Amino acid sequence: MNRYPLWKYVVIAVALVVGILYTLPNFFPEVPAVQVSTTKGKADTPLLGMVEDALKAGNIPFRGAALDSTGVKVRFADTDTQLKARDVIQAKLGDGYIVALNLLSSSPDWLASIGALPMYLGLDLRGGVHFLLQVDMKAALDKAGDRYSTDIRSLMRNEKIQYGGIARDGANVVMRFKDGAERLKARNVIEKTYPDLALRDGDGTGGDLLLIAGLKPEAQKRIQESAVQQNIQILRNRVNELGVKEPIIQQQGAERVVVQLPGVQDTAHAKDIVGRTATLEIRMVNDEPGALEAAIGGSVPFGSDLFVERGGQKVLVKRQVVLTGDRINGAQPGFDQRNNEPAVHVDLDGAGARIFKEVTRDNVGKRMAIVLVEKGKAEVITAPVIREEIGGGRVQISGRMSTREANDVALLMRAGALAAPMEIIEERTVGPSLGQDNIDKGVNSVKYGFVVLAIFMCAYYLLMGVISTIALSFNLLLLVALLSMLQATLTLPGIAAIALALGMAIDSNVLINERIREELRWGATPHAALQAGYERAWGTILDSNVTTLIAGIALLIFGTGPIKGFAVVHCLGIMTSMFSAVFVSRGIVALIYGSRKKLDKISIGQVWKPEAATVPKV
Amino acid sequence: MEFFRIQRDIPFMRYALTFNVISLVTFLLAVFFLATRGLNLGVDFRGGTVIEVTYGHAVDFGRVRASLDKLNLGEYSAQSFGRSDTALIRLPLKEGVSSAQLSERVLGELRTDDASATQQRVEFVGPQVGRELYENGALALLLVSFGIVAYLALRFEWRFAVAAIVANLHDVVIILGFFALFQWEFSLPVLAAVLAVLGYSVNESVVIADRIRENFRKMRKATVTHVIDGAITSTISRTIITHGLTLMMVLSILFFGGETLHYFALALTIGICFGIYSSVLVMAPLVMWLGVSREDLVKPEKKAGIGGEKILP
Repeated sequence: MNRYPLWKYVVIAVALVVGILYTLPNFFPEVPAVQVSTTKGKADTPLLGMVEDALKAGNIPFRGAALDSTGVKVRFADTDTQLKARDVIQAKLGDGYIVALNLLSSSPDWLASIGALPMYLGLDLRGGVHFLLQVDMKAALDKAGDRYSTDIRSLMRNEKIQYGGIARDGANVVMRFKDGAERLKARNVIEKTYPDLALRDGDGTGGDLLLIAGLKPEAQKRIQESAVQQNIQILRNRVNELGVKEPIIQQQGAERVVVQLPGVQDTAHAKDIVGRTATLEIRMVNDEPGALEAAIGGSVPFGSDLFVERGGQKVLVKRQVVLTGDRINGAQPGFDQRNNEPAVHVDLDGAGARIFKEVTRDNVGKRMAIVLVEKGKAEVITAPVIREEIGGGRVQISGRMSTREANDVALLMRAGALAAPMEIIEERTVGPSLGQDNIDKGVNSVKYGFVVLAIFMCAYYLLMGVISTIALSFNLLLLVALLSMLQATLTLPGIAAIALALGMAIDSNVLINERIREELRWGATPHAALQAGYERAWGTILDSNVTTLIAGIALLIFGTGPIKGFAVVHCLGIMTSMFSAVFVSRGIVALIYGSRKKLDKISIGQVWKPEAATVPKV
Repeated sequence: MEFFRIQRDIPFMRYALTFNVISLVTFLLAVFFLATRGLNLGVDFRGGTVIEVTYGHAVDFGRVRASLDKLNLGEYSAQSFGRSDTALIRLPLKEGVSSAQLSERVLGELRTDDASATQQRVEFVGPQVGRELYENGALALLLVSFGIVAYLALRFEWRFAVAAIVANLHDVVIILGFFALFQWEFSLPVLAAVLAVLGYSVNESVVIADRIRENFRKMRKATVTHVIDGAITSTISRTIITHGLTLMMVLSILFFGGETLHYFALALTIGICFGIYSSVLVMAPLVMWLGVSREDLVKPEKKAGIGGEKILP
């Protein structure tokens, strides 16, 4: 009786070994490290060699350097060495490499090689920034309208269609015509060239005929989707410039993006880089004589905007956008070869290069403005004169810039301007010291709670209580191992959920032990009592855990952030507790009592028997 | 040791009416406080900004407020948070001002006043997100209630399902009533605690229901009242020990878990205390009033794997 088949012991042993292995990395502290990655291509072995050489040359002791998919990582004994090392490596490698400070686990490599990593701590535990950004979809569509009006204008010119004017109205493009034949021609050409546009006729004021082009719904959807995707890509580029370890940048819902930057020390800087909502546009300057003066006087000509240039002068800029930031492939700060002034060298993509060539050819001698739009406010960075036709997509922007400004503009252009503006609608920033504080508090509550539970169980149920406590420890071990294995995000409410999971898991053991006592009270033999105790308690344990699990799953579905962290641990805790409280504790019981043929007594504490014969009759 | 030495079944059901009146009164009180005072919704649900700032010394709130007043922030609040050197500043939502700008401006102002001010935490929730979190919370509560009712109805019988959910939702309302009465901040973690309590106290009802079903099977002659009394009596020691132990764990969170988990742990504490009462002394009478009978639970055909189906050796 109460024997356990071998395979069950094997399952328990395997669970124990796996549990220990995967829990182990959590006990190794994090050490200061430097992470080197390259902006071009992938990090490779020569880079590892270069980093090692730089450190040796600088006489800086390090605890091993390793190469992985994200770059070269070097560990150091303390933060001073880490800081020194960063400077040395940065000086040696120069531009094109990102050298970032980091914390890495000091757990041995063989553990990492079997995938045993420390638990993935949430932002509230390790410090960092969390943003939820909302993409302005209307602006994305308006921008598409802008692009189409530029494209249609050049199409009409190429097809030699007579038109009275083109303007953007929201996401629509409105064209004016003098006669119906031209309008029909335009309609046919546009329909053929841009299948995404839906066209309809209209009547304008003064006998004009209108042709209104609007985006088809499916095209709208596609543009919105690609705007979000593009913004995510751009955020990635920006975050890479920051050198953050394990950033999370994900789409959430149709029009939202989550950005999580764990372990960021300088939260204000991170916020600045991520939250920057600038978009870049190239437009032509309206240089008609008298127009600027009139605009300053208060009557801005139709189709133009009055902006302030860096340095304070006012510039009148045409509303029509020649190029937007998404046509830019790359940008580097440098110097103008003619006069050695700071400049930014910009690479355009194919379409951008073609447009740029056309525009510069047609506008030699005129000025072109580089406009930065941030939160609806536009600033002209520079408005240089076009000296010649510029082909090949290599553009140099120079004039009235300091080296720093050139760097900033280049970074912004390289990291990309957003496809559509974004707004921060949720932010959670936690400083690193508060994170450590939270870990300590969480761990303490689990520790002290566990101790109280263990003392009570051992005192009240004696050996059966000890077994319950072992099962409970097993539960904790499995839970931590599972969390490490799944790399689920552990938050402070998550740690509270660990405590709560233990507090609830003990319920199963109390249920079993009380049941065994009850069976003994009713005069069952010890073996029978054990058997019945476990078997009868099982149904109840299952039912009660299922109801708890329902609550956990609801939280998992509807929860976000810290609550999700709570829900994950809650659900996992229920599963591990069913396994350990029933399967494991019974295994130990079988190990201790199972082999004894004649069992007189179970060490489960005093079993009090009522004197009166009111015990339910069986 | 054996704490519970009960000579004979305690006639709980004799006092069923009293229990129900007590819970009805507490319930109505909770509803009253909820209606008159309302919940003090945290930044998670209402939207706004929370900034936690520590100083190198005890916070001088007069100076903090003086600095904040300069910024024209609307109806803000500044109070100490856990320790004397920590201030928690709550700012309402403001049109056209982004959180990034706002928190930096506040910190800048505090720093010019006192350079030892360091930002520990910033939380900003936009109005839209706040509303969504609120709706999601309500949906989660609905889903949990429905899920539990469905499961219990399937596993036991509709009367148990109804009684259990009424008993446990009554717990939820009482927790919320406490939060309304004392104007404790109701945040996302508190909501999680409330839902966890809901799942947890249903445990208790399940245990009792299980026992009632088993007793119906075993005590062929007993009346319904007797069966229920017996079930409660025989599980009362387990009920109190388990809840006591879970409560220990929760108190450990309350005492050691710090300010962030304070209200979370508080909600759990109230929930567990009332959970003991309601899942036993509210649910059981309700089942009785609803008119449960032996025939409802003991079906002629037997299903395997359900606890208590076997006859004792």
